[in-house]
Amino acid sequence: MKKFSIEMTVGLFMVAGIICLGYLSIRLGKLEVMGGNSYEITAVFSNSGGIKTGSSVVIAGVDVGTVKEVTLSDYQARLVLSLPMDLKVQEDAIASVKTKGLIGEKYVEITPGGSEDIIKPGGRLRETQPAIDLEQLISGFVFGKI
Amino acid sequence: MDPISQIGAFTLSRLYRMGVMGLFLFKSFLYGFIPPVKVGRVIKQIHFIGLQSTLVIFLTGSFSGMVLGFQGYYSLSRFGSEAFLGPMVGLSLIKELGPVISALMVTGRAGSAIAAEIGIMRITEQIDALELMGLNSFRYLVVPNLIAAIISMPLLTAIFDVCGIAGGYLIGGKLLGVGAGTYFGEMASYVEMSDVMEGIYKSLSFGIIIAWVCCYKGYYTTIFTGFGAEGVSKATTQAVVLSSVLILVWDYFMTSALF
Repeated sequence: MKKFSIEMTVGLFMVAGIICLGYLSIRLGKLEVMGGNSYEITAVFSNSGGIKTGSSVVIAGVDVGTVKEVTLSDYQARLVLSLPMDLKVQEDAIASVKTKGLIGEKYVEITPGGSEDIIKPGGRLRETQPAIDLEQLISGFVFGKI
Repeated sequence: MDPISQIGAFTLSRLYRMGVMGLFLFKSFLYGFIPPVKVGRVIKQIHFIGLQSTLVIFLTGSFSGMVLGFQGYYSLSRFGSEAFLGPMVGLSLIKELGPVISALMVTGRAGSAIAAEIGIMRITEQIDALELMGLNSFRYLVVPNLIAAIISMPLLTAIFDVCGIAGGYLIGGKLLGVGAGTYFGEMASYVEMSDVMEGIYKSLSFGIIIAWVCCYKGYYTTIFTGFGAEGVSKATTQAVVLSSVLILVWDYFMTSALF
């Protein structure tokens, strides 16, 4: 049998390396290779609770999308949510910022509504619920406001 | 000579060498960007720097990951947060250990050989023979190494990371019972694309450092490190020491810049 040529072995090495690189960036880094099959809607919160780009968007405990952009507009937090094309969000759905566990990371939960109207790509989620400030809650409890 | 002049002479000679080293890098990049590039030589050097290092990278990567699995589990279990073993192993491998250890391995395995090869070509006047035949010695010796190192290092680092993550899973996930879902799921939710990119930028710059320092030390064997076999041995030692030190120092600066 002929010995493997240098070109062949180098090619194999390159392919193996690129596969590993692809695994790291697509599976772990969540790099979006296929754009286009998702759409964006915005939601304005009075308190984002320190949510970051890349935080997950959850419906009924299932990861469905990501937070694409966090900006300040008119002293309120404006979040751009990226959702898959086949997911319909009703007009009266409620978006709320929640925390995983007591000290876990922040995520956006969408509670589906009952309306017949669907939010179009680029549209805005009207009903939002700000992040709960745990310290404020505790101090309210301690000082007897609740 | 009085001590003041000695200090001055020492400083000047050091500065001169640093200047030569900087010009060496500049010239390598210049010839790298101006065609023609010796494609055959580049492939041969990728074969040497990249492919022949895979076994070493595979072994060191798997065992680093396995050690991280044990040690991470030990520290995390004290806080009752074994579930975060995946992110811990993944982040420390991707951001720090992968690029640095694979660069040190490549320095020891390929960098020393490059310095020795070019050094022997220098002392046996083969570089002069190349120049005499009208071949540009930079284009023939230095540029292929530089391009091959820039291509190979990120790929080797990626292989190292994947082997390490698999090794960590073997120990943490299978042996100590963290579970595949927790290990990989938590890792995927905590590792960001910017972390992966940080590792890639680091490995690219380490590739440049290895090729630069090792070629430079070999190329100036007779001029800076003395004649004959002793000169080559000195050049090889200095190449390995200097590139290892530079890799760790540069790693600190890159980490603090990208933090």
